[in-house]
Amino acid sequence: MEFVRNFPAISILACMFAAIISSGLPRKVGRVVNYSLIVLVGILSLTTFIYTLNLGESVVYVMGMFPAPWGNEIRFGVLESGMALFFSIIMALSMWGGRHKMKDEVATDKEFLYYVLVDLLFSSLLALIYTNDLFTAYVFVEINTIAACGLIMIRQNGRTIEAAVRYMVMSLLGSGLLLLGIMMTYDITGHLLMSNIKEAIATIPPTGGYVEPLLIAITLMVIGLCIKSALFPFHSWLPDAYGYSTVSSAAILSSLVSKGYIFLLIKIFYRVIGFDTIANSKILNVLFIFGLIAMISGSLSAIKENDIRRMIAFSSVAQIGYIYMGFGMGNEFGMIASIFHILSHAATKSMLFISAIGLTDVSHGSRKFIDLTGSAHRNKVAGVGFLVGSLSMVGFPLFSGFISKLQFMDVASALSYSKMLPALIVLGISTILNAIYFMKTVLRIYTPLEKMGANRAQADVATNTVASRVGINGVVVEPDFILFKNEKIYGIVIILFIALNVALGVCSNSIIAWIKTGLEMFS
Amino acid sequence: MGFKQWFDGENDMLLENLHMNRAFEDHIKKEPSVQELKIEDTILMREVYDDSNKALKAFNWIYRVIAVLFCIGLALVLVYTVSNLPEVGNPDTPANSSVVSKRYIENGLEETGATNIVAGMILTYRAFDTFGETNVLFISTCCVMILLMIDEKILHKYKNIGEGKYEPKDDSILQVVAKILVPVIFIFGIYIVLNGQLSPGGGFSGGAILGAGMILYANAFGFQNTQRFFDEKVYKTAKITALCMYGLIGSYFYIMGANGIDNHIPLGTPGAILSGGIILPIDIAVGLEVACTMYAFYALFRRGGL
Repeated sequence: MEFVRNFPAISILACMFAAIISSGLPRKVGRVVNYSLIVLVGILSLTTFIYTLNLGESVVYVMGMFPAPWGNEIRFGVLESGMALFFSIIMALSMWGGRHKMKDEVATDKEFLYYVLVDLLFSSLLALIYTNDLFTAYVFVEINTIAACGLIMIRQNGRTIEAAVRYMVMSLLGSGLLLLGIMMTYDITGHLLMSNIKEAIATIPPTGGYVEPLLIAITLMVIGLCIKSALFPFHSWLPDAYGYSTVSSAAILSSLVSKGYIFLLIKIFYRVIGFDTIANSKILNVLFIFGLIAMISGSLSAIKENDIRRMIAFSSVAQIGYIYMGFGMGNEFGMIASIFHILSHAATKSMLFISAIGLTDVSHGSRKFIDLTGSAHRNKVAGVGFLVGSLSMVGFPLFSGFISKLQFMDVASALSYSKMLPALIVLGISTILNAIYFMKTVLRIYTPLEKMGANRAQADVATNTVASRVGINGVVVEPDFILFKNEKIYGIVIILFIALNVALGVCSNSIIAWIKTGLEMFS
Repeated sequence: MGFKQWFDGENDMLLENLHMNRAFEDHIKKEPSVQELKIEDTILMREVYDDSNKALKAFNWIYRVIAVLFCIGLALVLVYTVSNLPEVGNPDTPANSSVVSKRYIENGLEETGATNIVAGMILTYRAFDTFGETNVLFISTCCVMILLMIDEKILHKYKNIGEGKYEPKDDSILQVVAKILVPVIFIFGIYIVLNGQLSPGGGFSGGAILGAGMILYANAFGFQNTQRFFDEKVYKTAKITALCMYGLIGSYFYIMGANGIDNHIPLGTPGAILSGGIILPIDIAVGLEVACTMYAFYALFRRGGL
């Protein structure tokens, strides 16, 4: 056996070892361990990706002396290893982008715990990507949930504690439903290994007593994962969790954690139930409807928001809606579009969070829109990053968001009337709504402060909206500037994010081809 | 004499003979009666919640009704599903007759060397899942640390943090009982950890017992005495050693197994204490980690540090 086949298992175990060892190390060493771990996993995933691409089929790796179904196994093809590579890129950029804020947001004596949490979160994401066993998936979903809670509340103020409690309650509900579903599936089929469950399900007679329990079990698993990835009616925990946590946490949670659950759901669709079975059942139609509602309601909430980070968080609700709408289209092309949107959203949303922090930094830490006026002139890199992210979200050509919207339109136009019309109409409305709130923000951050006139400052004093800008004697304190040379790492991260976004938009054909081969290997 | 008075309820035998912690100032202050508290509460509720908002009231009412109806509906669906699931105890159900459980039961002893099939299953066949499960404990301690850990300087300055406001200090009854019980509990815990491959038990349950013994000791003799043998340094060393040991044994097992290299850890004779291949060392590691987690939870909740 080639040594490359060990790499996925090694990357999962390396993350766990790094977490264990970091818990006893000083914070600076922990940070170095964390950064080098992400780079290591990226390199290992890249090697695996190239290997599987050349091999042309997925590889089964037995974890231990005993083959599955008795032991554990992981299975990887092009899609899995490519996803792991993509996740490590986003993870690295999110950690580096939030690095300069770490000392403000996290207490120094607890910073080492942050790296422990991130390492374990990464291991659980990798395990969710690679595993071929439902119970292993559940164990790592648990790790993922607790680590995400810790990432939210490590920035200690009242709002994050409240957000973490909300997140924990909703997320544990999701885990509980997932576990119930897994248990029922085991009871009916006698297996926990995904491929074996699929075989056993195929032999269940359509008239026997097991059809309804199977449907309930699938429904429970799907609902559990929908709650955890914040589909529309279950999204109320999301704005606080993303809006008030540290910037790295917000970027990781929005772009990786929810995507890990969605990837597990895709896996359950393809490997456990079989895509034809799920496409013929009515479950996907329900997901379609809720996806459509999420696209509208998330954008409407974002328009009403007066806090830039909460606005970006609400935009996530809408984007998750796009992904589920793609599932709901019920054919393979919808699935490909959804997976492309997972990539596009992950790249764009983390960039928006990281740019937004640069903008609020030069506005005395205020996130209100009125204080952000002209902030793009004070921090040019962050402004450009936010502009590119917004354009990508709205669907401007050249960026990744355009391709995913185009894909969705393309797939929708080939559907039956009952699905095509709502999909196209809602896509149109949602794009307009996206444009409203993102362009409003872009205009706001590029409006120079002087142009607003001197009476602005007086108005501020009168209404007391910006207490921070007005000193004790009523003297207007000018906001500070951040230049590229002062924060080189931050600037480079933003530039890399832009490059990644443009790469996703320009090389979309090869990426879609990759997703297609990956899905073929997947089932 | 004293006993009779105590028995008749005339006076408390223990009063005056027991060294109590000095009461805190805020404790001496007269506490408000229940009536006053209720009035305060109503005033507060009236201030916070607008009573006159009819729409909000209606919404709350509808919300509750829908929630109850939804829960009843969900319960009915689940009961219906369960009634359609395979019977418990029937040997022909898919879960009982599948190849998976058959091999665990029939070849488990031979392949894992453990007379306890469950230990063989979770620590040999599915060792990777259990490693994940142990990491769940590890990460939950990290999260509790984020929430409750106090700065070390404060902990050193106020040494009596967590000694309890209302409990007697150096309670002699508790100390005598603890002196007798703690060694027994420790030995029992160690027995359960080491016997995991032979009888019901293993790292998780034995570790919980060890942790309970440590909590009893800390309760009876105070944290300063416990720190003589178990402070933060020992805790970190024990935790990291245990998890790394499990990780190393596990990685050896997974990677050797996956590459088709023979396992060189001897299985031993089934039934002997040194048997079961990788089960015994993993059990010890898990036991250590669980004991540390239990005690750390207690200490963090009690005083915000070890």
